[in-house]
Amino acid sequence: MNGAEVLLHALERQGVEIVFGHPGGAIMPVYDALYDSKIRHVLVRHEQAGAHAADAFYRASGRPGVVFATSGPGATNLVTGLATAMMDSSAVVAITGNVPTALIGTDAFQEADVYGITGPITKHNYLVKNLADLPRVVAEAFHIASTGRPGPVLIDVPKDVQMAAFEGTEADFDVTIDLPGYRPTVKGHAGQIRKATEAIRAAERPILMVGGGGQVAAEEVMAFAERTNLPVITTLMGIGAYPAGAPQALGMPGMHGTVTANRAITHCDLIVGAGLRFDDRVTGKISRFAPNAKVVHIDIDPAEISKLVRAHVPVVGDLRDVLPRLGDQLDRLAIDDWWATLNDWKGRYPERYATEKPLVSQEVIELLREATGGDCVVTTEVGQHQMFAARLFPTSKPRTWITSGGLGTMGFGLPAAIGAAFARPGETVVCVAGDGSIQMNIQELATIAKNRLPIVIAIANNGVLGMVRQWQELFHAQRYSEIFLADSNPDFAKLAEAYGIEGHNVHDRETARRLVPEVLARGGPALINFVVYEAEKVYPMVPSGAGVDEMLIGDQEPDPVPDAPEPAGAKA
Amino acid sequence: MSTRKHVVSVTVRDEPGVLVRIAGLFARRGFNIESLSVAQTETPGLSRTTFVVSGDTATIEQVQKQLQKLIDVIKVVDHTETKFVDRELMLIKVAVRQPEDRVEIRQIAQDFRARIVDVDRRALTFEVTGDEGKMSAFIEQMREFGIIETIRTGRVALPRSAGAPAVRPVRAPKVA
Repeated sequence: MNGAEVLLHALERQGVEIVFGHPGGAIMPVYDALYDSKIRHVLVRHEQAGAHAADAFYRASGRPGVVFATSGPGATNLVTGLATAMMDSSAVVAITGNVPTALIGTDAFQEADVYGITGPITKHNYLVKNLADLPRVVAEAFHIASTGRPGPVLIDVPKDVQMAAFEGTEADFDVTIDLPGYRPTVKGHAGQIRKATEAIRAAERPILMVGGGGQVAAEEVMAFAERTNLPVITTLMGIGAYPAGAPQALGMPGMHGTVTANRAITHCDLIVGAGLRFDDRVTGKISRFAPNAKVVHIDIDPAEISKLVRAHVPVVGDLRDVLPRLGDQLDRLAIDDWWATLNDWKGRYPERYATEKPLVSQEVIELLREATGGDCVVTTEVGQHQMFAARLFPTSKPRTWITSGGLGTMGFGLPAAIGAAFARPGETVVCVAGDGSIQMNIQELATIAKNRLPIVIAIANNGVLGMVRQWQELFHAQRYSEIFLADSNPDFAKLAEAYGIEGHNVHDRETARRLVPEVLARGGPALINFVVYEAEKVYPMVPSGAGVDEMLIGDQEPDPVPDAPEPAGAKA
Repeated sequence: MSTRKHVVSVTVRDEPGVLVRIAGLFARRGFNIESLSVAQTETPGLSRTTFVVSGDTATIEQVQKQLQKLIDVIKVVDHTETKFVDRELMLIKVAVRQPEDRVEIRQIAQDFRARIVDVDRRALTFEVTGDEGKMSAFIEQMREFGIIETIRTGRVALPRSAGAPAVRPVRAPKVA
């Protein structure tokens, strides 16, 4: 066995069946070994797309996604993908070729300090200089990537290591993980759980906020919510961890959250945060965030607890361990008054948008939901369409809502759809995109065409960078700087057809209503380009730097709702 | 919240680039290192980094938690919370402008228990060990003669008492 074969064998031992990647000079021995391997390789057209596909593969399946890239430019192209996976806690194992060890540090052809570059954007990384280390490194990489708070791990393998003769035996692949510096706390501390129980019992207006960590614990979240009767807010990353349509669901919080969710945060007296990190897009101005609330923060990453929002009761552990134990000590909470208030808000602020204008993004997205019944995988790009989709097309099952939340990576959605399609064969994947984002990895239409993937791409094409336009309209005196795309956008339907994918351009409501169910019934691959109203804005909106209680409600009626009853001793 | 100096020691696996990981973490999270020293420990395969960082309690807590997240970091101890001894070593080169200075400089050095490590016609170089206060005091005393150059190691620290090692002995990683 040479090093490349050792690598593939070690991957097989981890249960890897599929990898995404793009070959190049410094990783050729691996691609040569791949030629005889059982591992399926999906050729992407850009390494960034490979990283996103691997990321989405994990998010959709729970199994680490693997991506291959060559040295230098191949590896640097992974950077955005790794940073995306890092921010959203996604288990990706990236394997990069590097120049031979003797050439490292000499500015060799296609050399980059990949180990140095990727350190800050991976959970851990390795530069393997001795082949004997490789079986252990691969085992450790999968262990680190997929346990605790998941994250990307990169293994950089110089070409001479790939070609070296392996002197070990099969026994070397039976690796006992020995990482004294890495022992994630899975089991919650009993004393902290008891304190959390007491805090929940004492609360009059509690809420449960579920983040991306909930994707692994959807059953536990559901059981806990049902048992306690807690109102449930799901963050952008938590969509699907608790069904959006459930009676206890208040929707998404934060910058483009629902009125009900943001108001609940402002008036609650207890937040049970489960598997989330209180990102600034969720909290708005921290000093105005949940001013009356105690915080029970449950997370597997102790560094997230009290990082931004001070936790009164920190609980470090896996939600799958902590939530059931917490639930066991609680009964249905007597919070009927709180529920009456919340239901009143929900009734006053349904999702609404004007349809007397030209076709708008929101109705396109609703058509997609109606046609699929929400029973599909949704990936999104980043921008207005992403926020509309989060609110109007949230999925109901875990691991079916795949979006770049933390890094906000335009160009994520299309390759993510590829990863999700391979992760969940037989399921339709809908990629909701904008005309700006879709062009950031549009070359992946080739990968979709080649593999005939059941992906339906819906472009809400407003001819501008919509979210930037919205900010410019609201906060930059309508100085529309560098946002116009319409004059030079391609004919998206023709472009899809050029790749061998069914393509449609849709300009009106009637065609949209007819076409969406038809195309989704066929299941893709297909691309539908919906030309939509340019100036539509995402509301509600919490302006950057404002508190979540200061949201702009936009076209909706001015806020007539009196504040909730103030708790005793609360700040004015 | 009040900002104060914390002496934190971090036990790490001797892996290539581990110092870069620590330094990079400080830089990108906006923590300020005032001094840093690294050396091997009594256990093969493990090194100890001691650094002084200033910040409020929340910042220092984040520093520790973020350090703990690094896979190569085995143990993080904030000595500020316990009794500890800390020392620093300084080499200082003092100008000898006129012969009578030499006697006076040596007299002061003796009071500080500073050792002469190099003698030159126009300069004396001393090794000074001690805490930060001693360093500053010595520098002050030497200023009037003229300080040519100084270099300092940064602080190293260990908790007091024999029974409580800062780092529980851990099995050293296998060195391949």
